Amino acid sequence: MSEYNLSELKSGGLMKQKKKDLFSLRLRIVGGFVNAGQLIKLSEVARKYGKGHVHLTTRQGVEIPNINFKDVEKVKKELGEAGLQMGACGQRVRTVTACQGRECSHGLIDCLSLAMDIDKEYFGIGGHPHKFKIGITGCPNGCIKPQENDFGIMGRLRKKFIKEKCNYCGLCASVCPVNAIEVNKNSDDIVFYEDKCIGCGDCVHSCPANAWQKTQEGYSVFVGGKMGKFPKLGIKIFDFIETKEKILEIIKKSLIFYKESGIKGERFRDTLDRTGIDKYKKAVI
Amino acid sequence: MNEIKPGSVLDLRGVACPNNFVRAKLELEEMRSGEILEIIIDDGEPIKNVPRSIKEEGHQILKAEKIDNCWRLLIKKR
Repeated sequence: MSEYNLSELKSGGLMKQKKKDLFSLRLRIVGGFVNAGQLIKLSEVARKYGKGHVHLTTRQGVEIPNINFKDVEKVKKELGEAGLQMGACGQRVRTVTACQGRECSHGLIDCLSLAMDIDKEYFGIGGHPHKFKIGITGCPNGCIKPQENDFGIMGRLRKKFIKEKCNYCGLCASVCPVNAIEVNKNSDDIVFYEDKCIGCGDCVHSCPANAWQKTQEGYSVFVGGKMGKFPKLGIKIFDFIETKEKILEIIKKSLIFYKESGIKGERFRDTLDRTGIDKYKKAVI
Repeated sequence: MNEIKPGSVLDLRGVACPNNFVRAKLELEEMRSGEILEIIIDDGEPIKNVPRSIKEEGHQILKAEKIDNCWRLLIKKR
């Protein structure tokens, strides 16, 4: 990542409030993960330097408002003792959001470890036309709303059908949310429409006979989602990316594309709309 | 396939998620390993949730059969 100025990475995280000299401190929280010791430290700092409360952001972050500018360095130091760092504002790669992944009974991937890997590599990198938000959701239920991110990642799986195990009860067809499976009980026959399948794994997890089995887990990718004054949902650009390494590489290339093709002040989606999404796709694969 | 005789039967029609699963779980806790519980649940949300939860707990679903707008499941306690 030598094309980025490393000294710039840790900047940001301070937001000026209406009142003179007061700032809200945004923290670098990854995937909503805060340990119990950090919660105690947040409480201490908010009481000691703020007004005794914190603000929970829409991106799973924590902000401590009402910090006087003269205390900022002391606050940073105290938070640092608990492993809490400053977050990012402005035209940077923002906090990576993530659901609980496999902790949830629906989760198909380990969202937190992916979020941490992405954060480690790209958090706070600036020099882009505008902000860049990344969100990771563990399954097609999409609780983290990947389609609202500049770059959204969704866990999914691929599966196989083992004919010998199937007793044609039809339960898989009943639970499939996209009608990708048809079961004919009379002729002991199953039709699977792979193009319809969204990889949620409901059939795999529900099948009484284990006739549907996971073969692979991977990631769908959405790009160009944003909210704000002119909301747009992300577009699914890749249906199945097999590895974490490939995801990291696509993010890297996406940031380079955004930096090189974007106009200052323009959100990623607007760059994609202006240049054409095919040009972007070619640049990242 | 010979019809399996359940040791216990729970009619959970009209019982919403997750109460239907919880009631099945409580019933299974009272049973011995290898015993069979028959439950009847509604189509729709219950059939999307209950079998996967039963499997997650390590029990085996021996049979699933749709009858009109509900499902009959035969569960073998782990």
